[in-house]
Amino acid sequence: MLKKRIIPCLDIKNGRTVKGVNFIDIQDAGDPIELAKGYVKQGADELVFLDITATIENRSTLIDLVQKIGRKINIPFTVGGGINSLKDASKLITAGADKVSVNSSAVKNPQLIKDIASKFGSQCVVVAVDTKLIDDEWMVFTKGGRIKTERRTLDWIKQAEALGAGEILLTSMNHDGTKSGFAIDITQQANNSVDIPIIASGGAGTKEHFSELFQTGISAGLAASIFHYGEIPIPELKEYLAKQNILIRK
Amino acid sequence: MIAIIDYNAGNISSVQNALNRLGYESIVTCNKEEILKSDRVILPGVGEAGTAMNYLIEFELDGFIKGLKQPFLGICLGMQLMCNSSEEGDTKCLGIFNSKVKRFPPKEKVPHMGWNNINALKGGLANEIETNSDVYFVHSYYAELCNETSSQCDYILPFSASLEKDNFYGTQFHPEKSADIGEQILKNFLEL
Repeated sequence: MLKKRIIPCLDIKNGRTVKGVNFIDIQDAGDPIELAKGYVKQGADELVFLDITATIENRSTLIDLVQKIGRKINIPFTVGGGINSLKDASKLITAGADKVSVNSSAVKNPQLIKDIASKFGSQCVVVAVDTKLIDDEWMVFTKGGRIKTERRTLDWIKQAEALGAGEILLTSMNHDGTKSGFAIDITQQANNSVDIPIIASGGAGTKEHFSELFQTGISAGLAASIFHYGEIPIPELKEYLAKQNILIRK
Repeated sequence: MIAIIDYNAGNISSVQNALNRLGYESIVTCNKEEILKSDRVILPGVGEAGTAMNYLIEFELDGFIKGLKQPFLGICLGMQLMCNSSEEGDTKCLGIFNSKVKRFPPKEKVPHMGWNNINALKGGLANEIETNSDVYFVHSYYAELCNETSSQCDYILPFSASLEKDNFYGTQFHPEKSADIGEQILKNFLEL
């Protein structure tokens, strides 16, 4: 049976991890490679690296980093942040990223999804969607949640699938950072709207939140701070989920 | 030396990285001389079956591959290309494995993406692999079960997770992305 995926997300700035992590055996918590290795050892099922600077001068630092990650890590990883063109995506994939994640640039230019999928396959294209509930309607936001668009979330997700997205990484801005649980409602609606997998993001605070998420049929959950600060060690989370009869990779 | 066949099918650096981690050097090539000289050959795979087959035909690698005698491993699409045919682009494939490649019926999420267990891997790649080991899959098409199935996986329906015939091996999953278990499977192939 297919296992539920637990995906830590690492924020990268100038080639370094932004948030500190408390892995015991790690010398340098700012070193993304050391951290990634730590997560792999803990049993993370995939990793996401999000470049939050993504300025032109930092791109070569990022590509260099992606090459190093690819050499060291033996599980799939996604790289996102500042991918505005097929050329940007190609560089990261050629450097070793298994998948790239596109967000604002895809909203601005949906053809980008199709371009990347045609060249590298749908499995390479994660469309990240930031969503917020406005007057009872889940709307798409871009630019790190700063700009409200006129797109309805479910419409956009369906369009992204039709263009060749392989997965949707759905972040609820209402839940992100609250540690009050995932946005089950919109995530489940999204899951029912498309045939491709949905990765839920935003709001994870406890082990129970993952259990609640996975029981709805969602196949993957992403979180940053609870893993970074060691609040929930992945082995402990997996042990808990296994006891709830949720299928996880041991 | 390991030859990784370059047929313009997306990303191959992950395979090369995995070989490096295991201490093996590799070359990425579609040159017949180089492939013939190598100890092992890998046909990696992401991409689309029709396009990939056309590329192999264009470089006259289709018949050539079937005649190779050294251990040969097809990964994901690479494995599917070694079957008789694929529904993807209605493609006639290499016909090494007596299996047909079909699209998953849309009863659950397609692609089948993530970690799933393979049961009772047998044959040349099986050393030190426990039954029901989890490995990483990403695919929308599957190879039907056949006499050459060396392990099976279940998603929507049972299908060939790996195939083996003589010196030819295929894995639907990505050993290069399947953590320590994947590395062991690659190691088994490299030590055949």
